[in-house]
Amino acid sequence: MIDAARIRHDFPQFTRKIHGKPIVYLDSTATSLKPWAVIKKEQEYYTRYTANIFRGIYTTSEEATKEYEDVRVSTAKFIGAKRPEEIVFTRNTSESINLVAYSLVHPVDEVVTSIMEHHSNFVPWQQLGALKVWDTKEPLDKIITRTTKVFAITAVSNVLGTILPITKIIRKVKTINSQCMVLVDAAQAIPHMKVDVSDWGADFVAFSSHKMLGPTGVGVLWGRYDLLDAMKPYQYGGEMIQEVRVEKTIFKKPPHKFEAGTPHIAGVIGFGAAIDYLTKLGMDNVRKHEEEIVTYAMRQMKKIKGLTIYGPEKRAGVIAFTMKSAHAHDIAQILNEDNVCIRSGNHCAMPLHISMGIAATARASFYIYTTKSDIDTLVEGLEKVNKLFS
Amino acid sequence: MDIYRQIILDHYKHPRNFGHLTKPDAKIEEGNVTCGDRIVMEVNASGGKISDIRFSGEGCAISMASASMLTEKVKGMKLAGIMKLQTHDIITMLGTSLTPSRTKCAVLPLEVLQKAVHIMNK
Repeated sequence: MIDAARIRHDFPQFTRKIHGKPIVYLDSTATSLKPWAVIKKEQEYYTRYTANIFRGIYTTSEEATKEYEDVRVSTAKFIGAKRPEEIVFTRNTSESINLVAYSLVHPVDEVVTSIMEHHSNFVPWQQLGALKVWDTKEPLDKIITRTTKVFAITAVSNVLGTILPITKIIRKVKTINSQCMVLVDAAQAIPHMKVDVSDWGADFVAFSSHKMLGPTGVGVLWGRYDLLDAMKPYQYGGEMIQEVRVEKTIFKKPPHKFEAGTPHIAGVIGFGAAIDYLTKLGMDNVRKHEEEIVTYAMRQMKKIKGLTIYGPEKRAGVIAFTMKSAHAHDIAQILNEDNVCIRSGNHCAMPLHISMGIAATARASFYIYTTKSDIDTLVEGLEKVNKLFS
Repeated sequence: MDIYRQIILDHYKHPRNFGHLTKPDAKIEEGNVTCGDRIVMEVNASGGKISDIRFSGEGCAISMASASMLTEKVKGMKLAGIMKLQTHDIITMLGTSLTPSRTKCAVLPLEVLQKAVHIMNK
C-alpha cells in the first residue's frame, strides 16, 4: 500500500506555501511533481560528471555515458521491452509520435486514430497522412481496412480517464490487417499502471518522463527493433552517424540513429531515478492508490449541486467535469484562491470536446502523493464556486 | 484577491445589451478556442458613432462581464475612439487585476468589437 502522506516528504514542492497556504496539486495528468531523488540525480550529472556522452575516453565522460545508457536498460525493463536498443530517447511524447509519423507515413497513407486522442496523437497523423477517426464505439472492422497503414491509439484518455483494453484492441486490428502498424500513446498509462509492451502486442509505444516524476524534456519511443531498423532517421546531425563521406552518410543502428545531436543527458539520467522510485513503490500499488483516490473523489464530487462528470465509472486518476453555475475557467480561478491547482479548457483534446458538445471542462487529476484531504479541499472549493455564482 | 468583484458578477449574471440587432451594420463572431469562450458583437453606427450594440455568446465570467461592460461604455462613442482602446482600458473598466491568461478572456470582446468597427470603416 502507498502511504501518500509519507510520500509527500519526498516532494519538496509540498513544503512551499503561497499566501500562507500549502499547494494542493491536482494536475498530475499535465505534469507530475518531482521527488528529491530525481532532482538530486539530475544535479549529480551537473556537479560530478558533466561531459558529453559517447565521445570522451576520460573518466567523467565514461561515467556519464554509462549513467545515460543504464537508463535505457531500466526503461526497457520497466515497460517489458525485449531489448534496450528498442528504447529511443526523444524530447516528449509528441516528438516520439512525430518521429514515427515522419518516418512511416506519406500523405496517401491511411491512418486511423480515435476521437479521444490528445492532440499529440492526432495532429501529426492528420497533417502527414490520410486520417480517419474511430469513435471507439463502432466495431473496429468498420474503420480498419486492408490498406490502413497505422493505427494510433491512446491507452488512457487524458480527459475521460477511460482505460482502453489495448491488448484486445490490437489483437483485433491485427486480425483485420496484419500489416497495419499500431502505435500506442501511453503518456497517461505508463506513469500510472503496470504496462508490458510485449503483452500489448504493439509496434510502437510513446510516453514522457515528466508525467512520471522525471524531468521535462525527455520522452521515450519504444519500437520493435526490426521496424526501427528499417525506418529512416527522423533528424540528421551529430551522434547518429557511423561514417560520413562527402557524397554519403552511413547511419548508426537503432536507437542511436534516432538520437541526433547531444541529447538531454541530465534529464535522461534524472528519469532513471524516477523509474527506480516508481519501481520501488510497485506499479500495482500505484494503480491501487489512484483507484482508491479517484473512487473517493467521484463519490464526493457527485454530491455537489449542478456538477457533471464525464467518462466511465471505472477509470484512471482523472476527472473532467463541468458545473452549471460556472465556466471551467472561473472554477479554476476560484480554486486557485486556496492554491488548488486544476486544469481548465479542452486539455489538448479538442476533437473530443467538440464531439461531446462542450466548449471546456475543468479537470482534476491524481497521483501517488494525492491524499483524501486534497480531495476534501477540492470539494470545499467547488462548494465555494456554487455559492459565489448562484 | 478580488477578481470577482460584485460589479463583475452582476454583469455576468445580468448581462447588458445581450441579444441581437435586427439589422446590424456589422456582425463579428470570434472565439478563444482553448478556453471555449465565444463572443458575437453586432453594431450599428451613424455619424461615425456607435448608435446601437448587442453581444451574445458564451464564456467565463470575466469575458462575459467584460463584453457587457464594454457595450455600455462604447454606446455613443466615436468609431475612431473605439479603435484606440487598449488592454489597460479594459482592465481599468473591469477594475480588477488579472493574470496574463485571464487578461486574454477580458480583452476578447474588445478584439471582436474592433474587428466589427474595422469592417464598417472600410
